[in-house]
Amino acid sequence: MTVTAAAEVVKDSSMLKQKEMISGNYRKLETAAADGRKVAATFVPGNLNELIMCFDMLNNLPEINAIQNGLRKKTGGYIMEAEKRGHSEDVCTYVKADLGMIAKGNIGPDGQKLPNPDLLLLSYTGCFTFMKWFELLRDHYRCETAMLHVPYQGDGKITANMIAYVVRQLKEEVIPKLERISGVKFDIDRLRENLARSARAEEDFVWVLESAKKKPSPIDAYFGGVYYIGPIFTAFRGTQDATEYYRLLRAEIAERIALGQGPVTPTGDMPNERYRLVVEGPPNWTSFRDFWKMFYEEGAVVVASTYTKVGGLYDQGFRHDPAKPLESLAEYCLGCYTNRNLPARIDLIEKYMEEYEADGILINSIKSCNSFSAGQLLVLREIERRTGKPGAFIESDLVDPRYFSPANIKNRLESYFQMVDQRRAGGGSAPARAA
Amino acid sequence: MSTPTAEIIARCQALFDDLNFSYAREWKAAVPGRIVVGYMPFYVPRELIHAAGGLALGVLGGGEQLEVIQGDAYYQSYICRIPRSTIELGVTNRLDFVDAMLFPSICDVIRNLSGMWKIMFPKVRSRYFDVPQNYRDDVGGTFYINELNELREMLAEASGREVTDAAIRASIGLYNENRALVREVYAFRARQPWKAPSSEVYLLMRAGMILAVEEHSRLLREYLAAAAAEDRPRRDNSRVVVTGAFCEQPPLNLIKSIELSGCYIVDDDFMLVNRWEQSDIAEDGDPVANLARAYLHNSANTSAKYEPDVAQKGLYLVEAVKRSRAEGVIFASPSFCDPALLERPMLQRVLAAHDIPFIAFKYAENSGQMQPIREQAGTFADSIKLWSNQ
Ligand code: SF4
Ligand code: SF4
Repeated sequence: MTVTAAAEVVKDSSMLKQKEMISGNYRKLETAAADGRKVAATFVPGNLNELIMCFDMLNNLPEINAIQNGLRKKTGGYIMEAEKRGHSEDVCTYVKADLGMIAKGNIGPDGQKLPNPDLLLLSYTGCFTFMKWFELLRDHYRCETAMLHVPYQGDGKITANMIAYVVRQLKEEVIPKLERISGVKFDIDRLRENLARSARAEEDFVWVLESAKKKPSPIDAYFGGVYYIGPIFTAFRGTQDATEYYRLLRAEIAERIALGQGPVTPTGDMPNERYRLVVEGPPNWTSFRDFWKMFYEEGAVVVASTYTKVGGLYDQGFRHDPAKPLESLAEYCLGCYTNRNLPARIDLIEKYMEEYEADGILINSIKSCNSFSAGQLLVLREIERRTGKPGAFIESDLVDPRYFSPANIKNRLESYFQMVDQRRAGGGSAPARAA
Repeated sequence: MSTPTAEIIARCQALFDDLNFSYAREWKAAVPGRIVVGYMPFYVPRELIHAAGGLALGVLGGGEQLEVIQGDAYYQSYICRIPRSTIELGVTNRLDFVDAMLFPSICDVIRNLSGMWKIMFPKVRSRYFDVPQNYRDDVGGTFYINELNELREMLAEASGREVTDAAIRASIGLYNENRALVREVYAFRARQPWKAPSSEVYLLMRAGMILAVEEHSRLLREYLAAAAAEDRPRRDNSRVVVTGAFCEQPPLNLIKSIELSGCYIVDDDFMLVNRWEQSDIAEDGDPVANLARAYLHNSANTSAKYEPDVAQKGLYLVEAVKRSRAEGVIFASPSFCDPALLERPMLQRVLAAHDIPFIAFKYAENSGQMQPIREQAGTFADSIKLWSNQ
């Protein structure tokens, strides 16, 4: 489901740092066998990066490969390859992009062969498809699989029973398997250190997200946000690099605020903030830049997004906690956005609408992703009803170029912005002015 | 003059056709304090509902009869049919007598529907019912026992009466009996499929989604006796297992079409809850722990359950083929059904490795056009015969 940076749209030091981190990780994966490093494949939401690091294992994330390939426009071919091999046209395109890539030689986004995983570490958080995806991968690789079943917050809360269950699985299943495969003994103090670094990065990350409360917002919390979540959602949470990345990023954003600047876009700074939006749903990756352009050309800034919460709701107060390492990992897995029930998701969006003084809500409904999409029309109704602000609904897909229709989406967005204008003319939130 | 089987099936058909659920309404009204608890596919512990003095009502969508008008406004075109027709049932007050709704852990659509239900029908107790994907007694088992106890509390609140161990034990006994009869019907059909057409068995099992368990067991017994006694022509049909239809149900016509095209359905996964536990649940000792153990170690396999052992993956289908002496498998899955469609390639690989032929198609609960399915199934039946004659 998630993200990372890829396109070279901005050249701030944080961006350069992230680019180097990502290519560094791919380099490590490529030479894993030669270096004697073991590789775990795992998912973004509810990933256990701090724990994996305790075993000196490398982390390969199939969703990230799918996203990176999507940004490089390679996924269309991969998806067709998977469909040719019997995978239904109806199912998640991340899965098919991944399986198609493997079928075509498992060449990673940067053109090098990816290693076979030594362990499939299935964190089953917030999405049913993950389980099947890993069974499909296991069918192919025939390697060890560790399953971490994370219960769903059906009643919108995390219970003691859920935490105890996840912790027990970590102790009884996941950690012993990691020890056996890596040959490294588990050291809880090492985990504590990693978690402490995560928490530091999380502080800065939240500060960055919340900077969008300012008018004008110095960031775009969706199109820009997908870059900002890169390190913390993926193979870097708990590393010194990630802590450093967020320190740099925070300094850069502080400077933008001091200068009264709006967000960075692929064509430079956005001069004029006209619309402040909350966006629900993942972005499209195959036409990411075109999609973004439809917003910044109109002066639309996304001030808060739910997609940037799929790998954790840090802005709602969660921090990895070295004082209770395993419980904290459990809480993290349980708390990811799509593991929250629909009423809790709606409450969160409503809160964003108010706190970030948004003009409206836009839902990008993703064909692939039932986890996000099933129920979004009710989300739209509820938010419109509760806030009185206009909403819009567009449909696309993650990495299947066949389901991105630029003309339709552009039309829909243009009429939506007109609607926001009309609503404003009749009273409502005013366009932002530089502070 | 209608035969005894025809009479039984006519009753089942009437229950199936009645989207106002009159039986359940009357059942509830008959005794003060009774509750009705709706549940969606695929599995909930119906014993607990029964022990709370409740009727477990399977809500399997609107089928082909229900015109979905409002439900469509809640779902994008690329989402399956069952949630929209279920919402239609809700907003048209057809479920207004239901005290609580349970949404099993089967996929993200039903999972999210549990939250939608909370918003749309705030007076109804709704619960997403989670089941463990870890099958160790001390890990998944402990979690599950706690979940079962939470459900037990919710049901006690809904019914206003304590759900005692003794009551759960008694319910387990009744459901054991019911499941044994269900297994017997399936075994009977596998032995003599011409005597128990699949459309009949289907309606009989659907009745089990509505009727009180005691009544359903009676019906199953009557059907077994009546079907065994009735002479029916034996056709030279091929024997197939139908799989993938464990949630949104195919139209009844689809089941009939498969049979008319020359296939006897000798096993299926239409309503797994009816035979979820594969042998009796222990009736002595802690009843909740017994329910948990049965789930962990003795329940049906389906896509919504994780298979920890790669070597075992998909073998449940091969076993179903062997057990029912089937000659092929029909993958019939609802369009856009993630669990069924993601599982399919893995199952097909296992079938291919065991030289079991298969075909696949998709349907929706309101599919009208049966001709293509009839043709596909007919060609499949012919090819099986040809292949087995070589
Ligand atoms: S269904 Fe959605 S959450 Fe699940 S893997 Fe696909 S994109 Fe990610
Ligand atoms: S038909 Fe499939 S996708 Fe639809 S609700 Fe049922 S299990 Fe989920």
